[in-house]
Amino acid sequence: MDELLKYDHVEISFAGRPVVHDVSVSLEPGEILGLVGESGSGKSTLIKAAMGLLGGNGLVTRGDIWFRGQNIPDLSDQELRKIRGAQIGMIFQDAGASLCPIRTIGGQIYESMSAHMEISKEEAKKRSLDLFHKLHFKNAERIWDSYPFELSGGMNQRAGIAIAMLMNPAVLMADEPTSALDVAVQKQVVLEMRQLRDMFGTAIIIVTHDIGVVSAMADRVLVLKDGNAMEYGDAGQVLKNPQNAYTKKLLSAVPRLRRN
Amino acid sequence: MEPILDIKDLTKTFRNRGKSDLTVVDHVSFQLYPGEILGVVGESGSGKSTIAKLITRLIDATEGSIFMNGRDITHAKGAQLKDIYQQLQMVFQNPVGSFDPRRTLGDGIGESLRNHGVPKEKCRERVIRLLEQCGLSEEFAGRYPHEVSGGQCQRAAIARALAIEPKILICDEATSALDVTVQKQIVELLLSLQKANGLSYLFICHNLALVQMLCSRVLVLYDGKIVESGTPDEVILSPKSEYTKCLVDAVL
Repeated sequence: MDELLKYDHVEISFAGRPVVHDVSVSLEPGEILGLVGESGSGKSTLIKAAMGLLGGNGLVTRGDIWFRGQNIPDLSDQELRKIRGAQIGMIFQDAGASLCPIRTIGGQIYESMSAHMEISKEEAKKRSLDLFHKLHFKNAERIWDSYPFELSGGMNQRAGIAIAMLMNPAVLMADEPTSALDVAVQKQVVLEMRQLRDMFGTAIIIVTHDIGVVSAMADRVLVLKDGNAMEYGDAGQVLKNPQNAYTKKLLSAVPRLRRN
Repeated sequence: MEPILDIKDLTKTFRNRGKSDLTVVDHVSFQLYPGEILGVVGESGSGKSTIAKLITRLIDATEGSIFMNGRDITHAKGAQLKDIYQQLQMVFQNPVGSFDPRRTLGDGIGESLRNHGVPKEKCRERVIRLLEQCGLSEEFAGRYPHEVSGGQCQRAAIARALAIEPKILICDEATSALDVTVQKQIVELLLSLQKANGLSYLFICHNLALVQMLCSRVLVLYDGKIVESGTPDEVILSPKSEYTKCLVDAVL
């Protein structure tokens, strides 16, 4: 199958110092890729690079990031704006904080949709409520009218996922989307993201340090350490039968629940 | 055996003007025995951290009482509190935020010693020994909180809690912000301290697998009430309450 997104020998530097070294990985339509590793291993940097969000200091210094025939590091800000949000969606660790605190969820959805297309507020609301229902949100109408502080952390995160999905992007980048959530809510969010993939064929890159989340979601896994790719392959195989010494160490440090 | 910490009907109600009262800890009773690691699990908002703050007397209880070694500390203040903190110390979830950003880690670790009149030279020696015990080299004493990683800072926070040689350590999500490999090191450190110094822990944590690995007994908290308690195996392998079942099922 054709690759949707491809990192080709990518090196990323901050202020001239390389932090990600020679990483190659690709994403097919509908695939869920897990990026795992400790803090500082370059997980978030990799997905930020694909969105052109490295900031003033950050630069892709070697290699290419191909998305639908375009090389992301070569694109202008204007071209990137067309891709961000519309073609590559993003979910943040703390959705509550990534939403504007003084505007309703509905208002923010309308704003982000109208940045990409001509749309009336009624139409935006209709589409949002449709998606809310598909994701089994209770009180969809109330969520549309709520301010972020009126919703729980879990509900904010689910709303954040819905907002990212409204433009029906081909790729969804999720940076620690469940780390701030309780286990019960975490499971719900994980199931919801898998459901998105099944419903819309969205490819997902999920960055997480939670091995449980990766094993429940990902088709393939890339293990990173200090910006280097340690192991890359089928999620089941890497997690059950790791080959790399670091992957083994990482997996052995994860406390696992014994059930009977 | 006499409990080192005896909590009776502990209740905390927050009163907000114009809004209805919010009881976040609701008649909670339990005991902590010497050398025991007691786990407290539950979702956010279940009252875990409030219990930690009540016991460490960072906030005042609305009802109920807290006994430490048979002594009622529910309303202790001033010099009595200083006395209590000699036996009871706390490790917070956010290590970087729990240190004064304008003072070095060594300063923070030695503070309780200086407060108890340990001379400066001796204090320095002790700080270095504590750092070593927690797997950090001497140079960390001169570093500021923002100059170290989260895991290193949490180890410094444990060193600070241990400085005064307490009998009880309250760990409020002490490993939750850390990478699993660092978490493993911290857990090993806590276990070795339990063996070497006979410390007792109140280990607040939302990670059931970690609780199962570490704790001798566990309390399940829901909506401010204890819904279940027992050994980790009893609670996790054959949960009795509906809520505990949900909690165990949700683990991925």
